[in-house]
Amino acid sequence: MSAVLKTQSAIHPGNRLYRSRKQVNFFLLAVSSLALAFGLFWLVWILGTLLYEGGSALARATLYYQMTPPPGADGGLANAIVGSLLMVTAGTLLGTPIGILAGTYLAEYGRRGWLAGATRFLNDVLLSAPSIVMGLFVYSVYVAKVGHFSAWAGAIALALLVIPVVVRTTDDMLKLVPNTLREATMALGCPAWKMILSVTYRAARTGILTGILLAVARISGETAPLLFTALNNQFWSTNLNAPMANLPVVIFQFAMSPYEDWHRLAWGGAALITLAVLVLNIIARALFRKSD
Amino acid sequence: MQTMEAASSTATARPAIHTTMRERQSADAALLSELRPKLRIKRLNFYYGGFHALKNVTMDIPERKVTAFIGPSGCGKSTLLRTFNRMYSLYPDQRAEGEILMDGENLVTTRQDVSLIRAKIGMVFQKPTPFPMSIYENIAFGVRLFESLSKREMDDRVEWALGRAAIWNEVKGKLSQSGQSLSGGQQQRLCIARCIAIKPEVLLLDEPCSALDPISTAKVEELIHELRTDYTVVIVTHNMQQAARVSDYTAYMYLGEMIEYDVTDTIFIKPKKTATEDYITGRFG
Amino acid sequence: MSTATLNPSDAAGAAARRDSPPPRRLRSAPWADAAFEWLTRIFAVLVFSLLLAILASLFVGSQLSIEKFGLSFLWTADWDPVKDNFGALVPIYGTLVTSAIAMLIGVPVSFGIAIFLTELSPAWLKRPLGTAIELLAAIPSIIYGMWGLFVFAPLFQSHLQPAMINSLGTVPFFGALFAGPPIGIGMLAAGLILSIMVIPFITAVMRDVFEIVPPMLKESAYGLGATTWEVVWRVVLPYTKVGVIGGIMLGLGRALGETMAVTFVIGNAHRLAVSLNAPGNSIASALANEFTEAVGDLYFSALIELGLILFLITTVVLALSKLLLMRLARAEGTRT
Repeated sequence: MSAVLKTQSAIHPGNRLYRSRKQVNFFLLAVSSLALAFGLFWLVWILGTLLYEGGSALARATLYYQMTPPPGADGGLANAIVGSLLMVTAGTLLGTPIGILAGTYLAEYGRRGWLAGATRFLNDVLLSAPSIVMGLFVYSVYVAKVGHFSAWAGAIALALLVIPVVVRTTDDMLKLVPNTLREATMALGCPAWKMILSVTYRAARTGILTGILLAVARISGETAPLLFTALNNQFWSTNLNAPMANLPVVIFQFAMSPYEDWHRLAWGGAALITLAVLVLNIIARALFRKSD
Repeated sequence: MQTMEAASSTATARPAIHTTMRERQSADAALLSELRPKLRIKRLNFYYGGFHALKNVTMDIPERKVTAFIGPSGCGKSTLLRTFNRMYSLYPDQRAEGEILMDGENLVTTRQDVSLIRAKIGMVFQKPTPFPMSIYENIAFGVRLFESLSKREMDDRVEWALGRAAIWNEVKGKLSQSGQSLSGGQQQRLCIARCIAIKPEVLLLDEPCSALDPISTAKVEELIHELRTDYTVVIVTHNMQQAARVSDYTAYMYLGEMIEYDVTDTIFIKPKKTATEDYITGRFG
Repeated sequence: MSTATLNPSDAAGAAARRDSPPPRRLRSAPWADAAFEWLTRIFAVLVFSLLLAILASLFVGSQLSIEKFGLSFLWTADWDPVKDNFGALVPIYGTLVTSAIAMLIGVPVSFGIAIFLTELSPAWLKRPLGTAIELLAAIPSIIYGMWGLFVFAPLFQSHLQPAMINSLGTVPFFGALFAGPPIGIGMLAAGLILSIMVIPFITAVMRDVFEIVPPMLKESAYGLGATTWEVVWRVVLPYTKVGVIGGIMLGLGRALGETMAVTFVIGNAHRLAVSLNAPGNSIASALANEFTEAVGDLYFSALIELGLILFLITTVVLALSKLLLMRLARAEGTRT
């Protein structure tokens, strides 16, 4: 019985143990809020710097129609912008069908057998794998064999980055389509392949599109895979079979140089890429949210 | 064999409760006001966002008795239970207005720290919720929040709590095993032991047997019957027979309102309101 | 399906429906189903073999270097393109050190942010905060690199580093880690920038696993009178620990392979130094800086071997991460 009395007097505001626990709680939760402030601080600083340094370059029209200059001369990033657009488009066009079809296999046909599970696993590993290794791979199997750098090589390297993202989102989105929809379609006598193409894809199309947009956003900013595949080009070129200028590598080269005007162009290019990536992300998320 | 034993033990328990009930059957609702109320609820209103879930509920929960809340799904019985220990404070869009008086303090508006209130009012949930820790640690966790006991004292407390919850003999050899390694019924009794260990004044049971098999249910009901000597127990149940077996007082709720609240036998044998009678006889719900 | 049988008002049609056998399903092409399945299967196999193909190609490319240097490649610090003598120690060291710094800072911060998002944040703040964190993840790494070089490093050099060197650098033994002239760039700077990069990834996984915890379990702990921190530390974290570790390993995998954020500020020096403030190299930055300039088959092969080492390390870490996260998902399935 004394134990009963002991506790009943223990649960009161003056309990020392209770007080110190409350203090610890307050302290640690304050630390957690600080952690959030820490994270947001960097975000704001980085984006702010980007706007400040790159803003003035973005506003100058010459950025968009003049070529990358030698140091000391006036110029823009036109060839780099076009080159990036070409390679990102080519990479997306190459990687997306592969990704969608593979993702379709995983979601629609992958119930039996080991291939689906294993592919999913390896795909997720590839998703976060170092992109510079992709560049190395494409160099070894393509660039070295054909003997020269090219935009095609760059596009292939980017496609290799697109594939895991699209596979993953296609797999996830198709799995979300309710089975009752599939069964209803099949019950009408519709063959499986037609069901997938006309019904299942349509049901999941927003999600798949979101995945593609996210993949595009990801490769737009990638530098490493282009370093040893597309290389760079000081001049205007739309020859996909030759080295091609692109924003990330140009930024890399210009930023690491000692020239002031090259730095300014590098900031402009960085701001441009970031803007494109953020806009793509926002569109993708808005699209996805709307479909809910 | 075990089934027979359990059934017979429940069978012997049931008549005992009803005998006590029948002894008091002659007393009417006036008896309620003679008992010391542990919780006095006055004009309690509760809102989930814009939805008015509890409407002007007024009742007294008597001390050291078992009170049951019954009613169809969505009638607000769990909502009402969860106001008693301020569990709704965890969720920003839920709020309560009115009075819930315990020992003179209005739990709804009190400035006292909510965790102190919750330590005095224990709660057991529909599904057993053992913490991801050993059985020993599950019990010790709550005790350590307010008391610094020596190892010996803590061992005693753990044994006492597990014994009180009628599960000591089943787990005494494996206190260091995870709480999640027990069967469903054992886990629920572990949760009850966990609540008891900190010596609360009130025990709230939210459909504690709904996830259990009949044998475990019988054991838990036996336990509830014993616990009322030391604790005020409030139990929410959708099983009317359980309410009749286990409780001293029953409140019938419907669509957020308390329709009738009386001695259990009155509610089940001659309810005063037609609505109550309709529910009891299964005419709806 | 002929329309005659489908037109209900047509008497002939009605008669036909009553008497004729059910319409035969017109298959557009009997082999179409199998063909489509095989099409998708081929591409799945392609994706499946991609990882193995990369591994194989890197292996083949490093043959020359493996034959010449053998296992000692891993612990030799020489890097001499002129004498054709290469060793991976400096880049491996740089990769591990920068990633370790990134984890040491990134994990607690991510944990703090995840707690805030799940337990402290008011409802209206959750979505915008979550979006802000995801935006941090979307920023291309070259931006981090540039910002690191032009904005962070100079400030680091003029303010933080001298303070660090004068305070931490004076501690015996441990202080050697912070010794040296403040040049702004170096392994410490690279590690710090890397930590900012991995925070969004780890935070996202932690937040996702924290939200899976059943509310009833948390309410049980709150119901005993526990504080928010106690519920997180003693109930939420143990419940989700497998997923949390999986998320941390995901962050580690990314940190190890990150190129641009590190290349700008790590200093590109093939010297092994004790001080974290010294310039160094990571595998990715060495590759980025030197691959296009490399001359000579052995040089190339050594660089590819570096790539192989990096790929092996990250693959192991990411595979472990995936296994852990899968285990949590399976346990969740059985629990409910």
